Amino acid sequence: MSEAPIFEARDLSRHFDVSRPALQRILAREGKRTLRAVDGVSFAIPRGTTMSLVGESGCGKSTVARLAVGLYEPSAGSALFEGQELAEARKSVAQRRRMQMIFQDPYASLNPRWRVANIIGEPIRAFGIANGGGALREKVGALLKQVGLSPADGNRFPHEFSGGQRQRISIARALSSNPDFLVCDEPTSALDVSVQAQILNLMKALQRDLGLTYLFISHNLAVVRQVSDRVGVMYLGRIVESAPAETLFTAPRHPYTRALMEAIPDLEMAGRDRQPVGGEVPSPINPPSGCTFNPRCPLANGRCRAERPALIPARGTPQTLVACHAVEEGRDGFEARTAA
Amino acid sequence: MAALLEVRDLVVEFPTRRGTLRALDRVSFEIAPGEVLGVVGESGAGKSMTGAAIIGLLEPPGRIAGGSIFLRGQRIDNLPPREMRKIRGKRIGAIFQDPLTTLNPLYTVGHQLTETMRTHLDIDAAEARRRAIGWLEMVGIPAASERIDAYPHQFSGGMRQRVVIALALCAEPEMVVADEPTTALDVSIQAQVIALLKRLTREKGTSVMLITHDMGVIAETADRVAVMYAGRVAEIGPVRSVVKAAAHPYSAGLMASIPPLSHKVDLLPQIDGAMPRLNAIPQGCAYNPRCPHVFDRCRVERPELLDATETKAACWLFDSQAPRERAHV
Repeated sequence: MSEAPIFEARDLSRHFDVSRPALQRILAREGKRTLRAVDGVSFAIPRGTTMSLVGESGCGKSTVARLAVGLYEPSAGSALFEGQELAEARKSVAQRRRMQMIFQDPYASLNPRWRVANIIGEPIRAFGIANGGGALREKVGALLKQVGLSPADGNRFPHEFSGGQRQRISIARALSSNPDFLVCDEPTSALDVSVQAQILNLMKALQRDLGLTYLFISHNLAVVRQVSDRVGVMYLGRIVESAPAETLFTAPRHPYTRALMEAIPDLEMAGRDRQPVGGEVPSPINPPSGCTFNPRCPLANGRCRAERPALIPARGTPQTLVACHAVEEGRDGFEARTAA
Repeated sequence: MAALLEVRDLVVEFPTRRGTLRALDRVSFEIAPGEVLGVVGESGAGKSMTGAAIIGLLEPPGRIAGGSIFLRGQRIDNLPPREMRKIRGKRIGAIFQDPLTTLNPLYTVGHQLTETMRTHLDIDAAEARRRAIGWLEMVGIPAASERIDAYPHQFSGGMRQRVVIALALCAEPEMVVADEPTTALDVSIQAQVIALLKRLTREKGTSVMLITHDMGVIAETADRVAVMYAGRVAEIGPVRSVVKAAAHPYSAGLMASIPPLSHKVDLLPQIDGAMPRLNAIPQGCAYNPRCPHVFDRCRVERPELLDATETKAACWLFDSQAPRERAHV
């Protein structure tokens, strides 16, 4: 990539202290406990593209989203916005307005006491983008139209709108500061499927028209396939596989990615039985040694239990980065699968 | 074949200060013995309400205002609460979305299982405990004979939902109402729970009413599907027909708007607008303002379930008396 990525995570980590209160800890003679929500994650998002992070609850994907807009500070490693440390970049108003976030729950993320025009207008006023009531009203009206609502909707309150319409309002608010980089944390998970399709289509159209860059967080692989250029699969705070979307879905490499895809009930599979992956996600407070997926992995051996695998290009599909000893050693049966 | 459960013209109403809201409007369907009927629809379509009405757990002020429900020919919608309690648990089991609120946090899972069995089955305490351990093993709880004395909070979400399934099935009911049983679970756990529910109900010959908004789960699990919209059944038929060749424009739109996992599409087919609120259901067909095939009759007259090719659809396009070409859009 010749151009610098708009956002880059370098060995990004975020740890939380989940120890019990000091006195209880002393009485129980136990040490401090740390939850490694995000543990050494690296990726870069080229301008105008969509990078998605998928994984199950507790894998750290939402924590990465919050790190990416500066709602959390990294415990280690760095988050870079156009090559500059995020914390530095966020000190400047001109840079801060360029990154925005869309949240999962459109019922909780809009102030119920504010009219929609104020909700959308606040960033415009705060960043001094449009001055004077007339210019502000015009800008808010244009934003509402852009997301498929009418300028008259600005006078109404959030409770007067359906879930899908509220998510449109959230998007209009995020767009109001003319951002370049949008972090979307499960933007359609709270919506019904027919409305989800509306919002995904809107987000794609906006990306095309405005050249936006998205970091898209979701647990839904089918949604991720529709929107992404590149996908990172997270498990227990780490990226276990990262690949261009088409490669990931046609040739998934990590045993966890394959298990996830296998687990999704699909319309095509009507009436068929599947082999679900066994076990559950272990606690991130006390993760397994070596590769954290090893207790559930059909390919695990002694090395997997002892040594943490690095994220490296995969044999056979070099655009894929995968953290798996079995893939590196060629004992994942990939050659046999592709030959068949 | 005699139906195990028959719901006929069920109407559920909620009296409010601003008039009566009709949450279910003449809903009819049957479930055969051993059959899995999937009920799908978007939030507010009335699918959970239908399940609640069947097990006699409508939240007041909601009430059954018309129609009837038969279990093996016996009318159960007008039973006094005492009588209904004997049916609920014994003959119709229930599985809800959130396993944490279904289980009583103050009792061990073993206590809850044995209590249920001893209420409904004529067995002594030792036998109930023996069977409870058997059930926990059957649903895949490791070290069941020890875990039986654990409390719900000591189990993970997926394990708790397994306990709830054991609880719903332990009195050997003829049917189970499962309302979004896997929605609160992660996909890998969801697959385990669905496989379990499928295996156990097949082994025991239990009928299932599976309520969910996840079409993938329905496609894999159900024999037949009912698609609900605005408190009515829009279409009902064999699962393959509804998924692959839905007749009702709403079911067709709903299926099309599901993002495919198998390939990438440029633009997802979307249904514009949103489902109407209960106080503003349009005259005629409730779907008419969003329907691409709408014509005059749809705005005036409400369609009943009519014979479409492979399913029954509440849509005037399938009126054999007044045939009509589908508009091309």
